[in-house]
Amino acid sequence: MHVYACVKRVPMTGGRITLTDDQRAISTRHLGFTVSPHEECAVEEAVQIVEREGGSVTVLTLGPSESEEQLRDMMAIGADRALHLLTDGEEWDPQATAAAIVTAIRADAQPPDLILFGNESADAGNYQVAVRVAHALGLPCVTGVKAITIAGGRARCEQEVPGGRDVYDAPLPSVVAVKEGINLPRYPSVPGRLRAKRKPLEASSPERPAARLEMTRLELPPDSGKQVKILGRGPEAAPAVVEVLAELGVL
Amino acid sequence: MSVLVLMRDAGDELSLQALAFARSLGQATGADAEPTAFTIDGPYAPASWGQTVADLVTARSPRAVIAPGTERGNEVMAHAAAILDEPLSANTTAFTPGDPPTVTRVRWGGSLLEQALLRGGTLLITVAPHAVGAAPAGVTPEVVPASHHALALAPTERVGASSGGVTLEEASVVVSGGRGVGSAEGFAVVEELAGLLGGAVGCSRAVTSAGWRPHTDQVGQTGTKVAPEIYIACGISGATQHMAGCKGAKKLLAINSDGEASIFAHADYGVIGDVHAVLPAISAEIRKVRGA
Ligand SMILES: Cc1cc2nc3c(=O)[nH]c(=O)nc-3n(C[C@@H](O)[C@H](O)[C@H](O)COP(=O)(O)OP(=O)(O)OC[C@H]3O[C@@H](n4cnc5c(N)ncnc54)[C@H](O)[C@@H]3O)c2cc1C
Ligand SMILES: Cc1cc2nc3c(=O)[nH]c(=O)nc-3n(C[C@H](O)[C@H](O)[C@H](O)COP(=O)(O)OP(=O)(O)OC[C@H]3O[C@@H](n4cnc5c(N)ncnc54)[C@H](O)[C@@H]3O)c2cc1C
Repeated sequence: MHVYACVKRVPMTGGRITLTDDQRAISTRHLGFTVSPHEECAVEEAVQIVEREGGSVTVLTLGPSESEEQLRDMMAIGADRALHLLTDGEEWDPQATAAAIVTAIRADAQPPDLILFGNESADAGNYQVAVRVAHALGLPCVTGVKAITIAGGRARCEQEVPGGRDVYDAPLPSVVAVKEGINLPRYPSVPGRLRAKRKPLEASSPERPAARLEMTRLELPPDSGKQVKILGRGPEAAPAVVEVLAELGVL
Repeated sequence: MSVLVLMRDAGDELSLQALAFARSLGQATGADAEPTAFTIDGPYAPASWGQTVADLVTARSPRAVIAPGTERGNEVMAHAAAILDEPLSANTTAFTPGDPPTVTRVRWGGSLLEQALLRGGTLLITVAPHAVGAAPAGVTPEVVPASHHALALAPTERVGASSGGVTLEEASVVVSGGRGVGSAEGFAVVEELAGLLGGAVGCSRAVTSAGWRPHTDQVGQTGTKVAPEIYIACGISGATQHMAGCKGAKKLLAINSDGEASIFAHADYGVIGDVHAVLPAISAEIRKVRGA
């Protein structure tokens, strides 16, 4: 099984988001970077599938040169090699992102049996890159997936829906977009990190097409304007808390 | 030019919000006065439903197709957009006419908004839940038979129906624990209070990553979104991705040993203290009040 997993570098925002002066990006001067939990789970799932079925895991990102950090992180938890589609840091819209991913996959001498995505990226949340890649490659697609079982050349995928899970029986190759909770990703070990430094990373620089969904400005949603009422310190606050619960009618 | 609205059914709240969004988009762009609401008839198969929307676009050349930003709404519209090779604005909160028009849409699960130019022949838009008020019920949507798509997969069975009990989504009280709870065993005090209030237990991602609770308990951007009467956040710092899951709560009570924690900026009520001292005291007080 040759499995692809697509990840996107995003800032690790903390308690509040601060924007740059031109309001076109999150101010990242004091922030670390990561990938969406959904995507980390996609890589973990790919590694587990290959541990069982044999084969290899390719992790792919489209992003600035700094995204190599995320590719190495993903190789530290078990991906075998990385494809880096280099950008100059400008945002690519979902159509352009999907097109670049499709070109990269088509150019691979070893076509994938399974292409995993996060259900939505952590920052833009466009809910569409996986679906677009599937249509362009002429492959079936399942999204919102919380469990995958590979057997007999097919992937049994469980999609989370209100009140249970819908089962899709997808022939391979297929595209699957997964959600956090499908597994518990391992932490990278020190030897894993060292090995990741030597794993193969191939870079290319695709041409960015004109954006058809073009971000022009970011803004923070209006402040909730809440003023916290401190009910007390320590256990002595209990009667005041219970009074509030009674007022709210939940006692 | 017409505006089409994909509805789940005539009474569905989020579909009626999409209809309201479509009406104001129609007025702003000088399209036909009333949008055409439709539902798709046939078993759910995402690519086929996307093909249905694409076929309608080809046959009727509408100005826009609007759908609710639910899981299915986004999924169907992503397929339609891929088939038509048109851009899709998912989870949109506002529309400003222009050439091209500007959409406002949700990022980071609602912690940030984006303005973007939407350069589509047909504007494909899903509407973020609860971004606009619902249109009054009473439309009779046109019923469109599902088209065929060669790559379509349909679900073969439904498994794992929930086992009863209060679900996180529906609970009127959620007592949620973070890293500050300290351990899996430490959740006993959280469970005790949730039990007394007939509520559900939630947690932060720090807790699921540590393996203290299952991911089904996680509240947040990549977990469950909750909307209780009161959300009691215990030992949770208030990261934006956590708040994305609980901003639908009517009231928020934060219990945290650090008076400077950012959770207090989102809270209506606060207690500064150790969860392992404060929670048992609240549970004891509830028993005392009820016993009286
Ligand atoms: C049950 C179910 C669950 C769903 N969940 C929801 C939901 O909760 N809400 C909703 O509104 N819709 C939901 N959808 C819609 C969903 O189907 C999307 O259409 C689909 O998952 C694709 O989203 P996306 O990956 O394109 O989103 P995007 O946010 O555009 O990106 C998703 C993924 O694409 C890859 N990717 C993106 N950018 C890059 C990059 N620069 N480099 C490499 N890879 C990249 C990553 O793997 C990323 O996680 C769901 C559908 C169903 C039926
Ligand atoms: C893309 C992305 C998606 C994410 N999705 C989610 C998500 O869905 N849900 C989620 O929760 N997180 C999510 N996160 C993670 C998030 O950024 C935070 O890391 C996480 O919410 C922190 O959890 P916490 O508040 O429990 O831990 P911490 O941030 O470590 O906070 C612990 C708090 O407990 C307090 N404390 C410590 N001891 C005690 C005590 N004895 N009594 C009382 N208080 C005490 C501390 O003062 C502190 O405020 C996501 C992150 C990213 C990048």
